[in-house]
Amino acid sequence: MNSGSCSSLMEVGYDDHHHHHGHEELHVLAVDDNLIDRKLVEKLLKISSCKVTTAENAIRALEYLGLGDQDQHIDALTNNDLKVNLIITDYCMPGMTGFELLKKVKESSNLKEVPVVIMSSENIPTRINKCLASGAQMFMQKPLKLSDVEKLKCHLMNCRS
Amino acid sequence: MELVQMQKSLQDYTKSLFLDGVLDSQFLQLQQLQDESNPDFVSQVVTLFFQDSDRILNDLSLSLDQQVVDFKKVDPHVHQLKGSSSSIGAQRVKNACVVFRNFCEQQNVEGCHRCLQQVKKEYYLVKNRLETLFKLEQQIVASGGMIPAMELGF
Repeated sequence: MNSGSCSSLMEVGYDDHHHHHGHEELHVLAVDDNLIDRKLVEKLLKISSCKVTTAENAIRALEYLGLGDQDQHIDALTNNDLKVNLIITDYCMPGMTGFELLKKVKESSNLKEVPVVIMSSENIPTRINKCLASGAQMFMQKPLKLSDVEKLKCHLMNCRS
Repeated sequence: MELVQMQKSLQDYTKSLFLDGVLDSQFLQLQQLQDESNPDFVSQVVTLFFQDSDRILNDLSLSLDQQVVDFKKVDPHVHQLKGSSSSIGAQRVKNACVVFRNFCEQQNVEGCHRCLQQVKKEYYLVKNRLETLFKLEQQIVASGGMIPAMELGF
């Protein structure tokens, strides 16, 4: 795994026992501008047996997903190892917010089925409702706990056919 | 010092941090994420927190020292610090950031200066306490002992 520097595009994390069973392991794209929160969510997800890719802002996340402004040659959909099963994003980020990222994903014919979870440290009902109304799968209060991720996984596993 | 004594000292010390409100239950969450495959997880994350916070506090000092304070610059820094301190369980730092943000919203420069001092005070306190905690842990490990699991019933 690359140790993050401020200029890194993203950090790609692999489980110690990396399987090529892309369909069994959830691949999660975690987006957060806060370095500590990125480390924490990455660990929480890895402990819950997810494969994790992190991005430090929404633009990077969109590029990874193949929705960037430039012609992207990273096609996250054809390579089974890279297919993203879940996006978890912070709400408050500089530049594009998590809410705007959510909308971009839901507007995309390729990615609108990918569940998007929004995290926030602030418990603002109008914010929560706005996210859910725009297609967010769940809204999670920060700081995240292990039990939150376990709940999330159960919820997602039940949703997958 | 005997191993058992060191382990007891560590437990008492950790307990005192919770009782004083320096740390909250989120710190326990961090500890739960640590295991044999990743025995330094907590100290790694906390070290990142220290590095990040040192930078933020420096930026805040500079921003507040400007002739005309740009609150659009100040508030995001405080928001960041609030977030990361909350994520590691540094309760008093987080609470000081909450107050700080209120003064930012009011565009109260003097209030913000006072808040920055308070945040710094709480930050240096938790930094000092956690560094001590990690030293105690290192001593135990160096003596061939295990770090006792934190009891939750206090």
